[in-house]
Amino acid sequence: MFENLPLFPEQASEQAAQVDALFFFLVAVSAFFAILIAMMVAVFAVKFHRRRQDEVGDAIHGSIPLELFWTFIPLGITMVMFVWGAWLFFHLTRAPKGAMEVYVVGKQWMWKVEHMDGQREINELHVPVGRPVKLIMGSEDVIHSFFIPAFRVKADVIPGRYNTMWFTANAPGRYHIFCTQYCGTKHAAMIGWVTAMEPAGYQAWRSGGGATGGPVENGAKLFQDLACNTCHKEDGSGRGPVLKGLFGKEVQLSSGQTITVDEAYVRESILNPQAKVAAGFQPIMPTFQGLVSEEQVLQLIAYVKSLSGEGSAAPGTSATQAPSPAGGAQPPAPPAKKSGMN
Amino acid sequence: MPDGHAHAAPLDAHGHPHEPAHPKLQHHFDDMGQRAEASTLGMWVFLVTEILFFGGLFMCYLVYRWKSPSGFQEASFELNRVWGATNTAVLIISSLTMALAVRAAQTSAKRGTQVFFLGLTMFFGLVFLGIKAIEYTDKFVHHHVPGPHFHWDGQYPKPAEQFYSLYFAMTGLHAVHMIVGVGIMAVITWMAWRETFDEDYYTPVEVAGLYWHFVDIVWIFLFPLLYLIGGHFKG
Amino acid sequence: MDTITTAPTLNYLNSAHGLASWLLTRDHKRIALLYLVSVTAFFAIGGFFAMMIRLELVTPAADFVQPDTYNKLFTMHGVIMVFFFLIPSIPAVLGNFMLPIMVGAKDLAFPRINLLSWYIYVLGGLFTLTAAVTGGVDTGWTFYAPYSTASSNSHVIMAGVGVFITGFSSILTGLNFIVTVHRMRAPGLTWFRLPLFVWSHYATSLIMILGTPVIAITVLLVAVERGLHLGIFDPALGGDPILFQHLFWFYSHPAVYIMILPAMGVTSEIVQAFARKNIFGYAFVAFSSLAIAIIGFLVWGHHLFVSGQSTYAGLIFSILSFLVAIPSAVKVFNWTATIYKGAVSWDSPMLYAFGFVGLFTIGGLTGLFLASMGLDVHVHDTYFIIAHFHYVMVGGAIMGYLGGLHYWWPKITGRMYPEGWAKFAALTVFVGFNLTFFPQFIVGYLGMPRRYAMYAPEFQVYNVMSSAGASILAVGYVIPLIYFIWSLKYAPLAGKDPWGAKGLEWEIPSPPPTENFAVTPIVTERTHQYAPSREVGIA
Repeated sequence: MFENLPLFPEQASEQAAQVDALFFFLVAVSAFFAILIAMMVAVFAVKFHRRRQDEVGDAIHGSIPLELFWTFIPLGITMVMFVWGAWLFFHLTRAPKGAMEVYVVGKQWMWKVEHMDGQREINELHVPVGRPVKLIMGSEDVIHSFFIPAFRVKADVIPGRYNTMWFTANAPGRYHIFCTQYCGTKHAAMIGWVTAMEPAGYQAWRSGGGATGGPVENGAKLFQDLACNTCHKEDGSGRGPVLKGLFGKEVQLSSGQTITVDEAYVRESILNPQAKVAAGFQPIMPTFQGLVSEEQVLQLIAYVKSLSGEGSAAPGTSATQAPSPAGGAQPPAPPAKKSGMN
Repeated sequence: MPDGHAHAAPLDAHGHPHEPAHPKLQHHFDDMGQRAEASTLGMWVFLVTEILFFGGLFMCYLVYRWKSPSGFQEASFELNRVWGATNTAVLIISSLTMALAVRAAQTSAKRGTQVFFLGLTMFFGLVFLGIKAIEYTDKFVHHHVPGPHFHWDGQYPKPAEQFYSLYFAMTGLHAVHMIVGVGIMAVITWMAWRETFDEDYYTPVEVAGLYWHFVDIVWIFLFPLLYLIGGHFKG
Repeated sequence: MDTITTAPTLNYLNSAHGLASWLLTRDHKRIALLYLVSVTAFFAIGGFFAMMIRLELVTPAADFVQPDTYNKLFTMHGVIMVFFFLIPSIPAVLGNFMLPIMVGAKDLAFPRINLLSWYIYVLGGLFTLTAAVTGGVDTGWTFYAPYSTASSNSHVIMAGVGVFITGFSSILTGLNFIVTVHRMRAPGLTWFRLPLFVWSHYATSLIMILGTPVIAITVLLVAVERGLHLGIFDPALGGDPILFQHLFWFYSHPAVYIMILPAMGVTSEIVQAFARKNIFGYAFVAFSSLAIAIIGFLVWGHHLFVSGQSTYAGLIFSILSFLVAIPSAVKVFNWTATIYKGAVSWDSPMLYAFGFVGLFTIGGLTGLFLASMGLDVHVHDTYFIIAHFHYVMVGGAIMGYLGGLHYWWPKITGRMYPEGWAKFAALTVFVGFNLTFFPQFIVGYLGMPRRYAMYAPEFQVYNVMSSAGASILAVGYVIPLIYFIWSLKYAPLAGKDPWGAKGLEWEIPSPPPTENFAVTPIVTERTHQYAPSREVGIA
């Protein structure tokens, strides 16, 4: 690589090499066909250059075998690309169980990051190398897109729903975060840095930060402050469903449909409670639209997930447990149910 | 200009009788049959684009109804089904009078007959728009028009507002088509009064009829989608 | 070849005089010229915005213009180039002029609707220009909700209404072409004798009439949501922003084929005329146009791979996106085979056709990178995309348009143009284009996102290359403008068939008379039959 003329971005995640492998295959195929066509056109144009004013070409009308040849050869090659690309996509979008979860909220024009142990960052994301990290992302306003070129991963961050992406960094360093979905005036300034650190350095960073309680703790506190607990009682005597163990389950709705309790459903139930009421309950829950911020919704979701022992691979998954910033190395996560939009 | 074509038509012959071609034959057509076929095909192609135009709205409707079925049911219940059904009947009758008008032109019926059926079609179109205006007024009075003044007493204010957004978008677009249709009918009626149409030349009536039937059919889809959903729940 | 030295006494240009004779004309040839003048004006405006963009991107900082201004520049560049130049360019100018002649008709089926479509186009253009002049729009040409409906405080509604109105101009043009091809063909001109230019316009018209209404309603809904706060796409109002993307790309992906299919038709004509050889595999070239139009309607979801759309939906869109590449590949191979054993001249239209084949090949092949789901995750919304679609739209569509303009200029105006300058311009465009856009593939893969007024310093070298290329490209576009205008008065007369090409348009005088044909032609064979058939292979 030249100093000022890099041809390929650095590879800093396990995914990067896989994406580049497919990229090089496609470059090779494309170069072959582009050069082949250019050569043929050039050779024919020179060899059959018109020499007399009234010269005409031969009357060749076509050839079925040739047509089939150049229909099915490209078809076969593109199907290889399709299968490879689809396989890679599955790999890029399915986070492994026990991945370290980090919440990301995009807003015009910054990235707000909250780790499970309460570490918060703006336009910065610290991750350990060698460990899968899963980002759960929402937006407070318009559509953004979270892109780390060095990791070859990207996902849109869309208001009103959650998208996830994951990666395993494998080279310590600082890498760009770009917003790739146009989001207004300072779209180009909605950038940041992801810092991949050796596990030891990462632990040091974590213990040094000003953790203010993880999303689960904050969610639990909100749950009290907003008086959610007066209806969603643990013993089932409240006017709302018991939330313990609910996340990831299928519930019956009053309309007769069933729905899996995932991030999107919990979010909708907080902001638009009347939309899908669980069977056997009155649609009496007030909306919390405007009362809770997008981050707080994420915290409430984290809390609801924790009641099912879901999701978090960080410490303090229960509401009563105190945050332990040094923990998190061992993912105690039970089998993760399918979650969210992806 | 020399014009050796079999059906040599005079240049720019719009509305100026000349022999031997039909007076309505435009210079670039060979004969009246070709002109009629072109116009009819043109209208069909146009209607295909109209289907896709409404299709975008129907798509939105399907997505949001799927997302909040109960809310849409509740909101739909506030629509006046009697007016809706009446309007459906009015449009079906207008389609009949439209078909009779085309038939009258095709068979070179007296201009009085042609004008009668066309006028009747126009009349039913206006009745439809009148009823629609009554319904819209009612929605304004009850603050069911989406926007800052929207007010909903039921359980599902958000989905209801969305339902009414789509209700006004879809019926509004349909009403615009009805207004255009009535305008077209007015022109066609005037042409019929001038004794323009006979068995050799009735394409404008036919093409206008195609448009009219299309607008009616759109309503035939709108009525159950907007007025009749979930009727068996709340009667 | 003819060496006629006098123009035909009466033709469509001199048969009537005065401004009204142009503004009220129903002659498809005059309407084509009205379109030619107006799309050229819009191309100049869109090109001006492009130059501003490239100037800003010379340095990483936002120093030439502020980010807000930059956002408006790329939005106006996109809106004007897509809706007011690329979509109407070949169909409304060359198609309007040539299609009726090629089917042996005196005019399109609905001349008045044809004129109406031009007025609608101009009206839509005025709306959009008004939006540009009074403060601009900053949503990007994609108008993504909820930014466009809730966040942007620029003239979204005004620009949207402009796009909405102009959509009807394409619908009416498409409708006119379809009816003309179905009903106005000359005796003996069966479907399988149609020139390939007509086939490609037929396929284009199908997209115009099926796709355009959907974007019309979508843009209208954006305007309605923004103006009246109806909750359609904004999640804060209960809407779904992904639905907008589906509706938008349902049109806007096929719209890419509206731009490229006519250019493919032009290329088919030029390759045959300048190789003096009939097309290799006529049926395959003709049907590949239809295949592109049809499959092209089913691939829009490949714009949503990273939006969180269901993976299974993504799989379908991905495989269909690969399939739509096949008919394009078939065309490229057939054009190449057509040159084989031809009598190839290197006149400027052929140079543009060579350029088209080369650049479109690169544009098409890089499309495979984007259809491939796992790879699209990385390159989505980066400069890789920008490079890819400029290779298709500028390298493809504009090369086709310029090639067609050079090929038919003698027919349209009755005069030649300076061939030396034309060759020089073609070469300049080719070099400038590649220098502008090839570096963007690299900088895109490096990770530079699109729509960035400021960028990381390591991307600068490629951006400087791009900006340098853009200025060469601009020169390449200005030269033809000058010599075409010059040629109107000073260039030698062309005669009816300066290229020795075969086709109905070359059998009538240049410029053609108002009625096109004194006698309705009777067609007995395909166009471009130069040598007696040796009965090789298939029809």
